Amino acid sequence: MEQPEQKIATQTELPKPAALQEPRPSAAAVSDTPGATVFDSKNVSIYYSSFRAVTDVSLSIYENEITAFIGPSGCGKTTVLRTLNRMNDLIPGARVEGDVHYRGESLYATGVSPISVRRRIGMVFQKPNPFPKSIYDNVAYGPRINGIRNKGKLDEIVEKSLRGAALWDEVKNRLNKSGLGLSGGQAQRLCIARTLAVEPDVVLMDEPCSALDPIATGAIEDLMHEIKSRYTIVIVTHNMQQATRVSDRTAFYSVLRDEKSDTRTGVLVEYGRTEQIFNDPQDERTKAYVTGRMG
Amino acid sequence: MAAGTVPQQAPNLREPKGWRRTKNRIATALMVLAFILVIIPLGFVLYTVVARGASIISWQFLTGSPIPPNTLPASIGGMWPAVLGTLTITGLATLMAVPLGILGAVYLNEYGGKNWLATLIGFMSDVMTGVPSIVMGLFIFSIWVLHFGYSGLAGAFALGCLMLPIVIRSTYEMLRLVPNSLREGSYALGATKARVTVTVVLPAAIGGIVSGALLAVARAAGETAPLLFTILTVTAANPNVFSGANTSLPSQIFSNASQPYVGAQDRGWGAALTLIAICFILMIAARVVTARFTRYSR
Repeated sequence: MEQPEQKIATQTELPKPAALQEPRPSAAAVSDTPGATVFDSKNVSIYYSSFRAVTDVSLSIYENEITAFIGPSGCGKTTVLRTLNRMNDLIPGARVEGDVHYRGESLYATGVSPISVRRRIGMVFQKPNPFPKSIYDNVAYGPRINGIRNKGKLDEIVEKSLRGAALWDEVKNRLNKSGLGLSGGQAQRLCIARTLAVEPDVVLMDEPCSALDPIATGAIEDLMHEIKSRYTIVIVTHNMQQATRVSDRTAFYSVLRDEKSDTRTGVLVEYGRTEQIFNDPQDERTKAYVTGRMG
Repeated sequence: MAAGTVPQQAPNLREPKGWRRTKNRIATALMVLAFILVIIPLGFVLYTVVARGASIISWQFLTGSPIPPNTLPASIGGMWPAVLGTLTITGLATLMAVPLGILGAVYLNEYGGKNWLATLIGFMSDVMTGVPSIVMGLFIFSIWVLHFGYSGLAGAFALGCLMLPIVIRSTYEMLRLVPNSLREGSYALGATKARVTVTVVLPAAIGGIVSGALLAVARAAGETAPLLFTILTVTAANPNVFSGANTSLPSQIFSNASQPYVGAQDRGWGAALTLIAICFILMIAARVVTARFTRYSR
């Protein structure tokens, strides 16, 4: 459905972060010396009303890498992920202590608009959530928000994004059909295409394959490898094999239970290169988890 | 496992006998009975109105004016003043109540959340649903008609007051059904709240919103009580909905059907059938329009 024109022309000229302008060397080439720091979380605690869901998380996420968050259910990995583009703002009662820096700027400073943050830092959700619109309109949604109205330009972006999400060949003949008619794997790739269409700097993925079969999962993982030279990716996953297959770095979270008050909170146990986390974990809890003795 | 050594008994896949089956049949029978009981009055109303009214309806009846005195037969004059009044007054009430009601529901569900203002508005709107329609008429009579006189506009105010809570409640329920994942998907692309509401939430709920609005329109189009004190009941066509006494189909049904004259009673039946037909056509038209908006929803 066509929407009335909105006056947001000023936002079409968003200065792109340097990372988007020049192709970067692949992450493999910089594997031992990490690229620029994209996120720098310092002592982040996250509360849902009075419940402290996550305590004291500090970690840095680097450019053009895939960073995986793993851990048992309820350890706060999704919650931490959602602090990176201020999606937690949408949950009533959610509150963040500590600070998250994105390319040197504090995300939680006064005057920072979550809208501007999310235009740079996109998100793909656990359950594919295509809009009840045509495939074309799904992908063109973000660019239209940014004020792009030119049909030719939109066509170009839609094709490029769908190709980028490895979906173009499957849907090019039915772009005006509903996005809800796609299979689970296709719908998730449509959501990735929708995210890529706004040319974000970072793509956050919250268990993007948990609702998909192994073939669709493989397609999404291949896709992540293909696009990581242009984007920084953070993925939450329940699947440890997936973390070893796709990620450069892994953060292991766990649940800390306070015996006295019988409260639980998520903590970051160990963070390092993926090979190290899986082959040579330094913490007993990590070791127990990655060897399958727990969680 | 030593398969084959013990002879396998054929599994019994037939419907179990006894009390369980009896219960199932009783429940099915009760449901069919309930359906028939519901259908009887509905079918009977429709049958009676069509049987009594169909012979009265003619082009002359629909477009003729003015409405003749009660003693004259239905072949003279026509219902045009009432048809015109119903269309203009209900139309004006719809223009007032539907946009306001949808915006109110958007506030309640998308913006207000659980704050005191939203809670208060939601509560008041529910209370308003229970206000008898004649009280709405009296209310408009005392604050509007006493100062500015009878008019279609006053009738539209009364009908609008009646429609507003229905539109708010039905739209609110539809907005609540829109999954949060759609809102999040839109927010994650950097959409503002207004954007999310206009481009994702409302389109996703449009089918139900239109249904609710139609229900309110049909309810208002059939109301007599709120119009008694606000438009009066005249027999001449009044194309100016903003000033002067007016009339409507329900008002004419009321005033004609309570007469001892055959002509007047015939006119009442004709007006009743006309009213049903107008609502029916409206429903179909709205369905066709909504189908266009919801073609991507399945």
